[in-house]
Amino acid sequence: MKGPRASLVVGVDVGGTFTDVFFLDEAARRFEIAKVPSTRGDQARGFIDGLKGGARLADIATVVHGTTVGTNALLERKGALTGVITTRGFRDVLEMRRRDRPTTWGLWGQFVPIVPRDLRLEVGERTLADGTVLEPVNPEEVREAARLLLAHGAEAVSIIFINAYANGANEEAALAALADVWPNPHVSVSSRILPEIREYERASTASLNAYLQPVVANYLHRLQTRLREGGFGGEVLIVQSNGGVMSVETAGRLPVRTALSGPAAGVIACGHIARAAGHPNVITCDMGGTSFDVSLIAGGESVLAAQTSIGFGMIVRTPMIEITTIGAGGGSIAWIDRGGLLQIGPESAGSDPGPVCYGLGNTRPTVTDANVVLGRINAARPIGGKLAALDVETAREAIRLHVAEPLGLGIEAAAEAVIRVANSRMAGAIRLVSIERGHNPRDFVAMPFGGGGALHTGALIKEVGLKSALVPRFPGVTSALGCVIADMRHDFVRTVNRLLDQLDVAALDDEMGALAAEGERLLGQAGVGFEGTVAGFELDMSYLGQTHTVAVPLDAAPGLTGLGLTRDGIRAAFEAAYRRAFGRLLDGVAMRVLNMRVAVTGRRPKFDLTLLAPRADASLQAAAKGSRPVFVDGAWHEARVFARLELPIGAIVQGPAVLEQPDSTIFLDPDLRGEVDRFGNFIVSRKEGP
Amino acid sequence: MTDPILLAVLKGRLEQVADEMDATLFRSAFNPIIAEAHDASHGLYHAETGATLVQGKSGLPIFVGAMSFAVRAVIEKARRDGDLADGDVYIFNDPYDGGTHLSDFKLVRPFFREGRVFCHLASVGHWHDVGGNVPGNYNPVATESFQEGMLIPPVKLFRRGELNTDIVDILKANSRLPLSLYGDLNGQINALDLGARRLAQLLDEFGDDTVRAAMAELQRRAAMLMRANIAELPKGRYLAEDFLDNDGIDDTPLRIALDLVIEKDRLILDFSRSSPACLGPVNIARSTAIASCYVAIKHIFRDVPANAGVLEPIEFVIPETSLLSVRAPRPVGGYTETILRVIDVVFQAFAQASPERVNGCAYGTINALSLAGHRGSGQRWVMFSFFGGGHGGHPEGDGLNHGNAPISTATIPPLEILEAAYPVRFTQWALRPDSGGPGRHRGGLGAIYEIALLEQSADVFLFGERGRFAPPGVASGGPALPNVFTYETDAGPRHPPMASKMVGIRLRQGQRVRLETPGGGGYGPAREREPERVAEDVRLGYVTREAAERDYGVRLDADGRVDEAATARMRKAVAA
Repeated sequence: MKGPRASLVVGVDVGGTFTDVFFLDEAARRFEIAKVPSTRGDQARGFIDGLKGGARLADIATVVHGTTVGTNALLERKGALTGVITTRGFRDVLEMRRRDRPTTWGLWGQFVPIVPRDLRLEVGERTLADGTVLEPVNPEEVREAARLLLAHGAEAVSIIFINAYANGANEEAALAALADVWPNPHVSVSSRILPEIREYERASTASLNAYLQPVVANYLHRLQTRLREGGFGGEVLIVQSNGGVMSVETAGRLPVRTALSGPAAGVIACGHIARAAGHPNVITCDMGGTSFDVSLIAGGESVLAAQTSIGFGMIVRTPMIEITTIGAGGGSIAWIDRGGLLQIGPESAGSDPGPVCYGLGNTRPTVTDANVVLGRINAARPIGGKLAALDVETAREAIRLHVAEPLGLGIEAAAEAVIRVANSRMAGAIRLVSIERGHNPRDFVAMPFGGGGALHTGALIKEVGLKSALVPRFPGVTSALGCVIADMRHDFVRTVNRLLDQLDVAALDDEMGALAAEGERLLGQAGVGFEGTVAGFELDMSYLGQTHTVAVPLDAAPGLTGLGLTRDGIRAAFEAAYRRAFGRLLDGVAMRVLNMRVAVTGRRPKFDLTLLAPRADASLQAAAKGSRPVFVDGAWHEARVFARLELPIGAIVQGPAVLEQPDSTIFLDPDLRGEVDRFGNFIVSRKEGP
Repeated sequence: MTDPILLAVLKGRLEQVADEMDATLFRSAFNPIIAEAHDASHGLYHAETGATLVQGKSGLPIFVGAMSFAVRAVIEKARRDGDLADGDVYIFNDPYDGGTHLSDFKLVRPFFREGRVFCHLASVGHWHDVGGNVPGNYNPVATESFQEGMLIPPVKLFRRGELNTDIVDILKANSRLPLSLYGDLNGQINALDLGARRLAQLLDEFGDDTVRAAMAELQRRAAMLMRANIAELPKGRYLAEDFLDNDGIDDTPLRIALDLVIEKDRLILDFSRSSPACLGPVNIARSTAIASCYVAIKHIFRDVPANAGVLEPIEFVIPETSLLSVRAPRPVGGYTETILRVIDVVFQAFAQASPERVNGCAYGTINALSLAGHRGSGQRWVMFSFFGGGHGGHPEGDGLNHGNAPISTATIPPLEILEAAYPVRFTQWALRPDSGGPGRHRGGLGAIYEIALLEQSADVFLFGERGRFAPPGVASGGPALPNVFTYETDAGPRHPPMASKMVGIRLRQGQRVRLETPGGGGYGPAREREPERVAEDVRLGYVTREAAERDYGVRLDADGRVDEAATARMRKAVAA
């Protein structure tokens, strides 16, 4: 029921502290940004407040939402009371994991499964590895188990049978029986969620999905109801961990796909902004209070990971943007170990109590404290607007006591040491995703988003040898912007587990084609306009005997005669992928196809990023805000200070300099320079060249 | 080296080189023992002494101590031969000269700068099959190492960058799984190539002298850190002993005994009271014994780094007659069992000195189980895996259920992968009630694995331990349940006469084997556990009602609630 005037597209990213909103009215070449406090407990309230601050709900055509409701429920273990119905003899699969432990050193780990043991019930049934049903499931036994779970108060249930990836018939039969007694739609069937071999990963993903279903579905329902009540008549889309969006209906059914919704949107935005600016190769850097997250985009495409672990033992296996996290954020604590070595993190003061300079009770120095002491952060005008000012003196004292004295350094030198070690850890994370994966860092630009990253990216490009850094015009709302840009995407996986020589290639072609058609059908149902759709086809393959697989992209496209797959084509694709990954091929060893993967993407229209550019009347003079002393390379320098948003296109700034804007601070080392491009991005590079 | 900041930076960079070597091998290895169980390791070692400079974080913990001995063996060999050249890579698996057992193949690559050895890069990985009498090489009845597999002394796999394919052919000809061996060997070569590239880049960036000085300084600081840890411990002499069931040949318990002496700034670990060398394969080389002590110490003092400096303030007393210090050809194939017991006695001794730092013993056996046979097509199959058990209760809480062994970070293959690859069907994969040692903090639970054979016949081999001596608790915590192995025969279920070691049982189609693994030992007196938590354990089926009464002195009513009066009576009766 779109009103005739409804033309706004709005991206909403609900984070832990702030809800960021990006309003786009492309027809009118107008955008707006809003930042409102997140409302914990009921995210929908802050969400609606944020929307109403910028527009009439009736004028909004599409809301795209990056949500942390699912993420938080996982991290804080606040999902629904969930039951499991599983094969007799196997109820402990979820608790036994893959027989791991949380840390290599020290044997004090613990693990509490999200489904307690007495809510994991067994029924007689068995399917063999080749898909043969050895023992059919008894519907009455399933109904009995379901009644017992309900009597225990379970709000969601997952059906997880051994070898269901090979044949889901028993799970389907159990689902049909369960439907007779289960009072709500919160049911996750393992072969529907993840029809892939490996029982623990499938069981974990399916049960976590059930665990999230009531939480996420209820939240989205509340949200939609309030939007409709406010006159909204458009579509709501939810960002998935893979960086694509899905409908509210799909999100309610597959909430586990929202585990990394927020960060994924940020990476998508970075990819788009950098590509428009002529940089297809990007390493995104998101520095938060406790962690530093990096992600790699090569040739305009995000790297996807097959799974992630939310804390110890909670595996979510669904394609997601690969984000590598290390414990080095603004709140990470600097300390001296008993061998006399300076260490950063993993302990963190987070955002509450936060760094010493917040004055909220923490007394141990953090990375942010070091930045304050060195003059890189403006203590009089902290970003985010939560605090009026930062306490430099207390931060200095903390650095003196905990770092400077033990190391025999001056306070500034000690603070700079903290930054240097923190930078070196962040550089390690960047090397991990770039050099270690065979990419040349000189081909990549670093792109900081979130509040803190831009203080460090200058140093990082020098340390890792990156081409340059690109600071987007509005680093603090990158994820909200990414929501507006994200495509719609559906992923499918099926286990094949055949030798290439014995593979029925025609059948594979048919099945992958059918999955692509199913994806297109889902896209068609979403009520969203697309510029076009593309399908990607991939196999997980290995040499016979290996247990790890490599992702093998297939050069295939749906056509009149299927996808056009051939055995030789698949072999060649595998060898190319294997050579990229490991260098040398193995002669005379058979190849195996473990899984097939199909991704169908509906391209949503992209808006013209020059919309974000500085106004034509901006000038360097107006942007210049004097100078302040900044400590770098062992000495105080007088650094020029600029209001970043007031810099005109083409403006060139020589380091040392500090660029301030409401949600971020950029620091330029003396040997760096920066330039504003035509989109308003600030490009940082070495004065000398790389 | 005086710049502590550069030192912190270089420490991270060097560790990253080793970590990346680990990751490369894990991803490209053929056999699941490396790829999934991470039974491999990489590091950088001192040019002259072989001392560990840096080791990867994700490799097998036991190698952190053992690899320096392997590198030293190569250094000595090169010194004798006097023909070391840039591009040489040595390969060997001699367990007496470099630790562990024959399955572990070590590749050592001297890394040259300006014509001189700067340091050594090394890679070790557990190969799937290296010959010998038993597929997978866990031969519980070996009396000489010749029955455990081929033994390769340090020889040059590469001469000046040129691969000696003759050696590859010899290795392949001596394995039941030559393809797997070939794949793993290539993975290790790749890892060393990569390490050499990365290290060269690092040296070009920072300068050889700076990096060399940093390596020396990191050693010095590791020793300093270890001394700081020792200084906090109460001085004294602490005795602990534990037992192996038997050596697989002679059914007599073997004592592993430790006298731990804590002085002001050093430790003495004296194993003199341990049993002499035995006939069967549970002997270990001295280097292996030291490596396992290192693992135990690093579990207790988590902040000490993975370099040789940690061992500086520690003196080892291990008589040459002991089963912890044997030479060729004494069999050592079951070294995992012995080093787990060494680790257990180190925990037990430190628990007396400083109970707030130590956990109850973990399940204490690798349980190497293999089923092998031929398919209808005639093709040979070998399913070989290690199985898990419970971790000990500890000062902060209950032990982890179903963890991996303290010497390893191995994960277990998914049963669906095993069923897809081999003619077996699991009939149970579950936690084992009551298997965790009672304690204020209960030991974690062991597991039950039950496997039925789908093919006509198969031979079963098991190399386990803790069948007669259960994992003990510490700080008055109780012991876990011991290991129990059961196999079906036409005449009914049977247990191995040697408790947890068994060779060549013939299983027929439809018959099953069942492995019930130990939990971990408890921490603190069981009667101090809150009755509510015992009731919760009973509700969840971790502990039975009988055990709640017997071990914890907690009685529950018909609804599973704590019977306060009866519980108080029972607990008082014991206290009296």
